[in-house]
Amino acid sequence: MSTLKYQSQAVAKPYFVFALILFVGQILFGLLMGLQYVVGDIVGGLIPFNVARMVHTNLLIVWLLFGFMGAAYYLVPEEAETELHSPKLAIALFWIFAGAGVATILGYLLVPYSTLAHYTLNELWPTMGREFLEQPTITKIGIVVVALGFLYNLGMTILKGRKTAINMVLLTGLIGLAVFFLFAFYNPTNLALDKYFWWFVVHLWVEGVWELIMGAILAYVLIKITGVDREVIEKWLYVVIAMALITGILGTGHHFYWLMTPEYWQWVGSIFSALEPLPFFAMVLYAFNMVNRRRREHPNKAATLWALGTAVMAFLGAGVWGFLHTLSFVNYYTHGSQITAAHGHMAFYGAYAMIVMTIISYAMPKIRGIGEAMPNRAQVVEMWGFWLMTVSMVFITLFLTGAGILQVWLQRLPESGEALSFMATQDKLAIFYWLREIAGVFFLFGLIAYLASFFVKEKVAEA
Amino acid sequence: MSESFTKGMARNIYYGGAVFFFLIFLALTFHTTKEMPKRDNRHNITEAVERGKELWEVNNCVGCHSLIGEGAYFAPELANVYDRRGGKDGFKAFFSGWMKSQPLNIPGRRQMPNFHLTDQEIDDLAEFLKWTSELDDNNWPPNIEG
Repeated sequence: MSTLKYQSQAVAKPYFVFALILFVGQILFGLLMGLQYVVGDIVGGLIPFNVARMVHTNLLIVWLLFGFMGAAYYLVPEEAETELHSPKLAIALFWIFAGAGVATILGYLLVPYSTLAHYTLNELWPTMGREFLEQPTITKIGIVVVALGFLYNLGMTILKGRKTAINMVLLTGLIGLAVFFLFAFYNPTNLALDKYFWWFVVHLWVEGVWELIMGAILAYVLIKITGVDREVIEKWLYVVIAMALITGILGTGHHFYWLMTPEYWQWVGSIFSALEPLPFFAMVLYAFNMVNRRRREHPNKAATLWALGTAVMAFLGAGVWGFLHTLSFVNYYTHGSQITAAHGHMAFYGAYAMIVMTIISYAMPKIRGIGEAMPNRAQVVEMWGFWLMTVSMVFITLFLTGAGILQVWLQRLPESGEALSFMATQDKLAIFYWLREIAGVFFLFGLIAYLASFFVKEKVAEA
Repeated sequence: MSESFTKGMARNIYYGGAVFFFLIFLALTFHTTKEMPKRDNRHNITEAVERGKELWEVNNCVGCHSLIGEGAYFAPELANVYDRRGGKDGFKAFFSGWMKSQPLNIPGRRQMPNFHLTDQEIDDLAEFLKWTSELDDNNWPPNIEG
């Protein structure tokens, strides 16, 4: 029994399932890295830290992309009020992307990175070995092909159907994602140029077009679970993303303070990025406002919790923790410290991991034919997962922030000669790293509870 | 939100604002790339520096280290390692010895792998790190420890 309005929405299912499988891998490698921070030789030379980190961050990016794609395949047909242009293409692209992703991760794990570079002919068009863009060039080309097919499929669907604000914003965000990824192919010999344009992928993704994707998914879920008038929610959506781009585009400047760039970026970056919390704050106001003004009691309480949670945690992680170190005179001391790591963890979890789990929570019961929502018992387990993961992430962030403050105090603030060396400082931070690792284990418990919730069934009434 | 502020107005601010600020961003980017030659010493990018950057990339050095604060925070900053470890007189000797003695195998210590680079490759990488240390990055990091 299907409870979908359009049967083709079901193609989202493998995307969501695979996203969550990769999420598990991401967390396991995260825990390994956390241990390597305090017991440096924990797995000998078997999985060097750089390999574990590459797997951790690349799995994150890829599972979020699977989540975004699943979200788009689910919500675009319903918004457009028509079946997806080609469900077959969507499934074919799923297998191509999943295959390329798994092959790339295995490549990282099974051969030395330089060998992987050699096998994949990196020397013909060197793009590897830059943070987050470690994928072999051939994988990057594969990503572009998948993105083109995906955008074609969605574009054709929207063309023949209703063009709602949510669909247009989502599509703009996804096109932006694909366009800015093209900068991954630009790797000049001059490191100054390389670094500058590297941020066109990294910043303009996470503090630019991804916010459009997040905003569109959140708006869709809020319409569904609150029953509030579409006009009102779409107006808020435009306000939030307008603020996001107006602050975020020039906010890119906060990455240009210490590159081979003119000093004015220190002013431009500080002023505009200091305003970047505003759209996230607006998102919190709007999510709570819409839920308070709800016109129906949606049975999916878990999805509502995720929708409110993602707004709050994105505000804290991206907004507040971003602001902490975004002003150039602060950033001079905190740049590339554990403060950056603290911000990165909560921002990615709050804004992007949680928005994907929001749409999964809303959509999966329908795709699986269970109905509007999972049974109550399953939702209780899911909410345990929500709280365990979210509270653990708050603690991970707080411990990394503690480590970062101490690191800046010992290593950055004193003069040369007085300052502790990097490695000596790291030894002093060990207690924070241990506490972060413990919080990470609780995060894993939360993830297990969350995954278990998919298998919890209604209690059979006793005869 | 006030009823007189309509969805159409919000949409116009979104499109107008995004286009306006993106154009400013492009203009500043254009200006920045014009200014960059004064700061990046591109005339000093020799073939050795070029090969050194490629070695930096294909061995995923940024997976543990940071370079001008960007990368991983597991191992020391390397944009100023040239100055920190001997500079003109001592760096190359130090660096060659360091690369060859990995992994240090000190129990419990973070391990750097041995990348089995040739003497030529070690020299190329050293040239890349030397060139990097001379970049004008607005005076970052605050001290020699990176």
